Amino acid sequence: MKFEGSKHLLEVNNLKTFFYTDDGIVKAVDGLDFYIKKGEVFGLVGESGCGKSVTSLSIMNLIETPGNIESGEMFFEGQNILSLSEKELTQIRGNHLSMIFQQPLTSLDPVFSIGEQIKEVFDIHKKLTKDEVHKKTIDMLKIVGIPDPDSKINAYPHQMSGGQAQRVMIAMALALEPKLLIADEPTTALDVTIQSQILDLLRGLQNKFDTSIILITHDLGVIAEMADRVAVMYAGKIVEQTGVHQIFSAPLHPYTQGLLASVPILNQVKDELETIPGNVPNLIDLPPGCRFAPRCKKREEYQLNICTQIEPELFTNRENNRAVRCWLYQDFEGHKAPMKELLK
Amino acid sequence: MAGKQLKKKQDEIIKVKDLVKYFPVSGGIIRHTINQVKAVDGISFTINQGETLGLVGESGCGKTTVGHTMLGLMPATSGSLFFKGKDLLKLKSKEEKKMRRQIQIVFQDPYSSLDPRLPVGESIAEGLKIHKLGSRKEQFERVLEVLNWVGLEDYHAMRYPHEFSGGQRQRIGIARALILEPEFIVLDEPVSALDVSIQAQILNILKKLQRELGLSYLFIAHNLAVVEHISDRIAVMYLGKIVEITSKVDIFKKPLHPYTTALMSSIPIPDPGINKKKIALAGEIPSALNPPSGCRFHPRCPLAQEICSNEEPQLRELFKEHHVACHFAEKNY
Repeated sequence: MKFEGSKHLLEVNNLKTFFYTDDGIVKAVDGLDFYIKKGEVFGLVGESGCGKSVTSLSIMNLIETPGNIESGEMFFEGQNILSLSEKELTQIRGNHLSMIFQQPLTSLDPVFSIGEQIKEVFDIHKKLTKDEVHKKTIDMLKIVGIPDPDSKINAYPHQMSGGQAQRVMIAMALALEPKLLIADEPTTALDVTIQSQILDLLRGLQNKFDTSIILITHDLGVIAEMADRVAVMYAGKIVEQTGVHQIFSAPLHPYTQGLLASVPILNQVKDELETIPGNVPNLIDLPPGCRFAPRCKKREEYQLNICTQIEPELFTNRENNRAVRCWLYQDFEGHKAPMKELLK
Repeated sequence: MAGKQLKKKQDEIIKVKDLVKYFPVSGGIIRHTINQVKAVDGISFTINQGETLGLVGESGCGKTTVGHTMLGLMPATSGSLFFKGKDLLKLKSKEEKKMRRQIQIVFQDPYSSLDPRLPVGESIAEGLKIHKLGSRKEQFERVLEVLNWVGLEDYHAMRYPHEFSGGQRQRIGIARALILEPEFIVLDEPVSALDVSIQAQILNILKKLQRELGLSYLFIAHNLAVVEHISDRIAVMYLGKIVEITSKVDIFKKPLHPYTTALMSSIPIPDPGINKKKIALAGEIPSALNPPSGCRFHPRCPLAQEICSNEEPQLRELFKEHHVACHFAEKNY
């Protein structure tokens, strides 16, 4: 069953993924809505524990017990992948949907050569002769910039550096030219000069194969360099979503503002960095109302009572492509939003 | 503020001279030493009273080894470490122990650097116990004092490490370093394991403590933006050597070593409007087992000429207080 004329490659509606632990239910992802357009890089940014990695694992349907995808729909090219059987899913995973992880060296199997691991991708998904597979594997290694691929094809993961291992992961992920690549902190474990090589490689391949990318990272610099659109996550929810230029030049949500102000930027030394007071809330025992309210300076500044009582929706203005989950921008019964005009 | 003390008198508190640390690699049937990892290969620098020297470089460049060797956590292969004029590496152990009280370290990973079975108050007080300072009551009062310095409450002393978040644990790590009233602290990647909003809190605390207590820091990190924020001077390391060392202002205004330039240009800036030119470095950092001949950076260097693979460039003062180890540093300027 296909949507006619659905313009988005992936559409996620009301995704909820919970983990059932002895201490209680961890609402890691709690009602997520977003879409990915063809050929774009969608940045998902947030601090540890905000649910960004669980989101990516949910899209790949890789959530294992005690985790569970509670509800939601995920339309990939109009097909709800949550309703597919494992067999149908395998067809989509790898062929159309692919993923690279943060720790390339632990994501590769140490007992198989990298050649064998890339070949496996072709063996599972394509009916090719041995020679064709070998040739394609060498080609992929060349594309991702592994020097001397003819001999490196026999190398084992422990013989590679972190940067090279990530290149191999990218080769595996892009071997079948997927339509969507999920990159979960792809450069976090790497040095900056290597990070810059890998980001260049990803961008080059994205142009070459017209792949859409969901880029998950905590590094706002990486987002600024790579993403077209950005969603900021906090405690399992998207709190702001808009184009990359808008998020950096005019962030709306107090959390986004605090996050941007707390990053030291090269060549812009401040005497003191702005901080966000307090810590991320416990996902088992969430505060009432807005999840960011206990740490929010704006709430104090404007003395808003509603913030600790009623949770705001993700208010969306489709005309200027902005969305923000904050009472500063939305009226509600007795509450008058002090900065409503900014969302217009 | 650090600057005020600097102007007052440029008192040298730390002087590292030709520090070398090799790790032997054994092999063969009788497990004899067949090679050496040249982790730190002859580096020198000084740190003034109340000053922060930032030590940056990528993984494997030897920056952490420098810090650990300075603390005496591992013996140096050769070289000297002067603390207030005395060479710590040559002192008798009793005298050394007394001097070492004034040098402390904060580690990178706040999750693995605290004993999970000890209440954090006990962990913090450990230094006092080792050096037999004060009665139990005095020790406890002192613990509460340093806890307050780092923004924690009295009752936190009774809690166990697992009850704290990463940022709080790093505060405990700082409190533990402060308890012996050190004058010099090695900060080994103290914020790399933390989220940005928490990282900012810790950086602000470190700056405040330096201001109030007149501390000197060696701040080891891989993140240049963080180092720039906290340091007065910056040293850039590559494969066991310092390739450039100067004031923070100069290193960002006129970096002279091509590695420094490349390192800075590869940092992603959180501003999509910026159109910066990137200098892509080919290849990766070579192994410290067999460092390249001549200049260690030459296989990746965009400016490399023949001389670079034959002759090792020495660290030289090209401008006042601006040292660089590159044959073609003038060209880069």
